[in-house]
This record gives sequence, structure tokens and C-alpha cells, in this order.
Amino acid sequence: MSEERLITIDDLVKTYPMGETEIVALDHVSLTFDRGEFAGIVGPSGSGKTTLLNIVGTLDAPTSGSVTVLGRRVEQLDHGQAAELRNREVGFIFQTFNLLPVYTVFENVEFPLLLLGLAADERKRRVMQALEWVGLADRARSRPNQLSGGQCQRVAISRAVVKEPAVVLADEPTANLDAENSHNILQTMTRLNAELGTTFVFSTHDEKVINYLHRKIVLDDGRVAADDPVPPEARSQP
Amino acid sequence: MTLLRLALRNLLGAGLRTGLNALVLSLVLLTIIGAQALLKGMNEQAARAAVATEYGAGQAWHPAYDPYDPLSLDDAHGPVPPPVARRVADGRAAEVLVAQGTIYPEGRLLPVLLKGIDPAQTVVDLPTATLAGHGDGIPVFIGTRMARTTGLGEGDVFVMQWRDRHGTFDAREARVAAVVRTPVQSVDKGVLWLPLQRLREMTAMPGEATLVVVAPGAETSTLESGAWSWQSQADLLADIHGLIRAKMLGSMFVYAILLMLALLAVFDAQVFAIFKRQREIGTLVALGMTPRAVAGLFTLEGALIGFMAGALAALYGTPLMAWFAHVGWKLPETTDDYGFALGDVLYPVFSADVVLGTTVVIWLLTALVSYLPTRRITRVNPTDALRGRVF
Repeated sequence: MSEERLITIDDLVKTYPMGETEIVALDHVSLTFDRGEFAGIVGPSGSGKTTLLNIVGTLDAPTSGSVTVLGRRVEQLDHGQAAELRNREVGFIFQTFNLLPVYTVFENVEFPLLLLGLAADERKRRVMQALEWVGLADRARSRPNQLSGGQCQRVAISRAVVKEPAVVLADEPTANLDAENSHNILQTMTRLNAELGTTFVFSTHDEKVINYLHRKIVLDDGRVAADDPVPPEARSQP
Repeated sequence: MTLLRLALRNLLGAGLRTGLNALVLSLVLLTIIGAQALLKGMNEQAARAAVATEYGAGQAWHPAYDPYDPLSLDDAHGPVPPPVARRVADGRAAEVLVAQGTIYPEGRLLPVLLKGIDPAQTVVDLPTATLAGHGDGIPVFIGTRMARTTGLGEGDVFVMQWRDRHGTFDAREARVAAVVRTPVQSVDKGVLWLPLQRLREMTAMPGEATLVVVAPGAETSTLESGAWSWQSQADLLADIHGLIRAKMLGSMFVYAILLMLALLAVFDAQVFAIFKRQREIGTLVALGMTPRAVAGLFTLEGALIGFMAGALAALYGTPLMAWFAHVGWKLPETTDDYGFALGDVLYPVFSADVVLGTTVVIWLLTALVSYLPTRRITRVNPTDALRGRVF
């Protein structure tokens, strides 16, 4: 594991108003993630996994505490700075794939590169490379509704890694996939983590995912209940 | 540029929805342009006909003449001022003497205006040569509307009564030398045209006139009308332009309703798109767009529909409008009651200001109604959008 610090979460609290009371989603969470990690936040529904990923990904703001991503305090970023951080350094993978339905596979993967303002040749080279990483180069012209769920999630992975971000945040990435597709997806992400050195942080309660993790963080009622490395012999092998 | 590329991509990807919106908007655009062009054509056609048959380049009026007051006619006659008279002598102006009279067609009594004009004149487009013939009675020509009102036809003889300058009544038989079809009502309804010299003799007003029409296109800026009042072409056309302006303002109400319906469709489509694409909004933000940029993208998509509508309208509208401008619109007879000259067929005039002005206004309004619903996006929490819980 690299020694370079990527994410520092310090005493993070997130509450949501619910009528006259407040729901505590994250209760004084402190964590760090280093470059190249393959870590998972594990816990039942409502434990705060997705909230934590959203705050790290600058999609949500903390109620108190601080989150530092690549040296930038996310709670201090304005909309533009947060968008730039997401655009350059953070890739998202969602449970429901969230591909843009009217775009082709190529255009979906190309989207983050368009926002980065890369030249057409460079975009094409990178998109085709990213599609080759997930084995979908031959489906570049297809639209999402012509793909299976597993293929859609591979396109989403491709879109997340095409800009070679520092970290990919994957929120329940296998929740809508069958066992075979889940394993394919996880093997792809394990391989990309090893080959590209991209940091992956998952939120999951899926045993299949948990078996691939190198580090397992258990959240319970918004608190860190455990944070342990997973020894290589205990992991599923790609 | 990126937003434009993305907006185009989204619109093309949306296919039928985009096509229908653009089509509806293009139909409204063409309808408004077509209606505006008809009114513009109406204005120009009426002005052209009035200039050719009545107003010319302008008129010099006897100081007592008031076309809206028949009682003024008793005094509204006199010798034409010398500078104007020189134009008459050159054939570049025509004198008209106006007097009151009464005719008795088929035993009925009908007050009329008697207008004397030189049969040899070529200043106004009226068949005055028909007054040169000899035969029984005083030769007159009338318009088709007058013929319909009186029941008179070509060759008919009727009794005509008038009063001379001393107040003495006299009467003679008159003969309809011609019935002419003219789009200009004011030279037709209630008017009898007769030879100027005969009318001067009848009224004991030798060498006198009520007004002088200067030939269309003639230079008038240096014309001295002396004691007579000069009525420029613009002054004379003011009533026609005023009528058309009133009609245009009335039409605005219809345009506004049409446009509102079309823009409501765009607004609806935009609201529906934002509702349906909530997850997409969240995804775009997650991928690195600011909420403001996403709102801009949606607004641009709406504005591009306006642009596409313009392009679509140009595509099928240009040949359609060219054909329309060529064949015109055959007017029903009831348009005779409009109060100004239209002719049998109305030809629309598609000017650049009508086409571009209407297109730009519709485009701006489309952009505006596309923008209004997107303001919500700038306040959206991306995590709610990703879960589809914005609305």
C-alpha cells in the first residue's frame, strides 16, 4: 500500500432534518485512505455508507468535521471548485449504472473527457483504451438499452476510469447484477486497481464484493465499528 | 462549445420529442410570419392602388375643401394656383372639380358626388377616356359598387340633378359610358365621374377645380401650392396605414395566443424533461458539471429547439411561402367592406424585418421558457437527483 495520503476524514458528522428531529447519518467518523487502496465500507442499509461516499465525492456537504481529498477541504469548496475536483480526480460508479440513455457507449465514456476539454484524437484514444480495459471496445456504437446489466456496469467503470482519476467511488456496484456479472465486474476493478494504481472505495453489503476487498471498514449506525485489512489469502482471486 | 455539443447530442438523441416540439414551433412561426406578411401585403397593395387611382404623388386642395364634410363643397372651388396650373398644363397633374348632386336611378333618389376630370388625363389610373364619347346625355363612368347600389349598367340613362354656384337647380339626363372595376372604394361608392369641362359648365365654375392630383412619382418638394393646402402622399396614406396598424395590433392578440400555446408545449416538455431526467442531472453533476452548467445545458437544449424550428420553417416554409406570395390569397367579396383598396387577390409581402423579427422574437421567448424551469436545477441537491427525489 502506498504511503501517499489521498483522503482524510476527520470527526465527520452528517445529520438530516426529519420533521422536528434530526437523523444522524454519520457520527464522528474519522478515516484515511491512501493512494492505490481497494477498500470497502460495509454495513447494512441506513448505516451511512452512501452518505460517506457522497461527502468524499463532494456531492454532499458535512454537518461538521472535515474531509480532505488530495489536500483540498471539501467543505470549503464552492460549486465550481467541487465540480472541478470531481471532474479531474473522482470517478463515480453507481448501483443503477446511471448511463446517459441517449448517448452511445462511446459518447458515455467520452463525456468526462469532453468536460476536461481534451482534443478529439486524444478523447478517442482514451475512450477506446478504457473500453478495451473492460472488454467492450466492440460495443462502442451501441446504446445503453442494447446492453445487459453487466455490460452497462462495465461501461460505467470505463467512464469512471477513462480520465484516470485518483479515486473511484463505487456505490453498491453489484447490487443490480447477477453473481457471474458481479464477479466479472469485481475482477475488472481489481485488475484496474493493480494495473493503473487507481484507488477504489466501495460501499457495499454484498458478500461477493466484500470477498475482493483489501481493506474492510464496517459502519454501524453512522459509526466506524471496525477497520481492518483483509489478508491476501482471505480474498477472492481475480 | 462543449455545452452546445452536449445539447445537440441530447436533442438528436431524444429524436421524436425534439422533432415534434420543433415542428409545432415552426408551424406557429410560419403562421405568424404568413399572417404578418399578408397584413404587410395588404398595406402595400392598398397604398399602391390608392396612389395610382386617387392620391398620386400628393394633392393640392382648395383651402375650403374638407373631404369629410360635403357641406364644404359649396365653397371648395376656385382657380388653380399658377405653379400647380403649370403642372396641369404639362400633363403632370390633373384637376378634379367636386360638386354635390342627386341622381334618380329607377325612380329612386340618391345623393352623389359629381367629380369632373379631364378625359385626356393620364395622371391617375382611371378610364377617363370613356368620358370623351359623344351621344345622348352627359357621359359618366361609375364603379362596380356604385353600379350595384344603383342598379345602373353600361348604356343606361338616368336623371342627374345638381345645383350651380348661384344655388340654381338644374337637371339633365346622364348616360353610363362605362362601369369600371376598381379596388379603391373612394373613387367608386357614391361617385359619378364626368368630363371636367361639362361639370364646370353645369356648375358655372369655369376654370375652377376643387383639388389637383400630381402624377405618381413626380417631384413635389419644390411645388408651390400657394393658398391651396398641400397634402403629401404620406398625409393622404396616413388613414390606410392607421387602419393596417390597428389590424396588426388586433392580430397581435391572436399571435400571442398561438405563441403561448406553442411555448406552453416547450415549457411542458422542459418540465417533463427535468422531471424525467432527474438521475441524469445528478449524474452530470457527479461527472463534473456544476448545477448551473447543467441548467445551462437544459436551457440551451430548449433554445436549440427554437433554432431548429427556425431551420425547419425555412426548409419547408420557403417554398410554401414563395408559392403563397406567387398565387396570393383570393379575397372574399366581404373584404370590400374593409374600407380600403385590396383588389381580388391579396399578395403577402415577406420582408426581412417580418421574417427575421418574428423568428428572433420566437427564439428569444423559447429560450426564456426553456430557462424558467431549469432554475430549479441550480437548487438541486445532487444526491437527491441521483436518487430521483428532486420533485
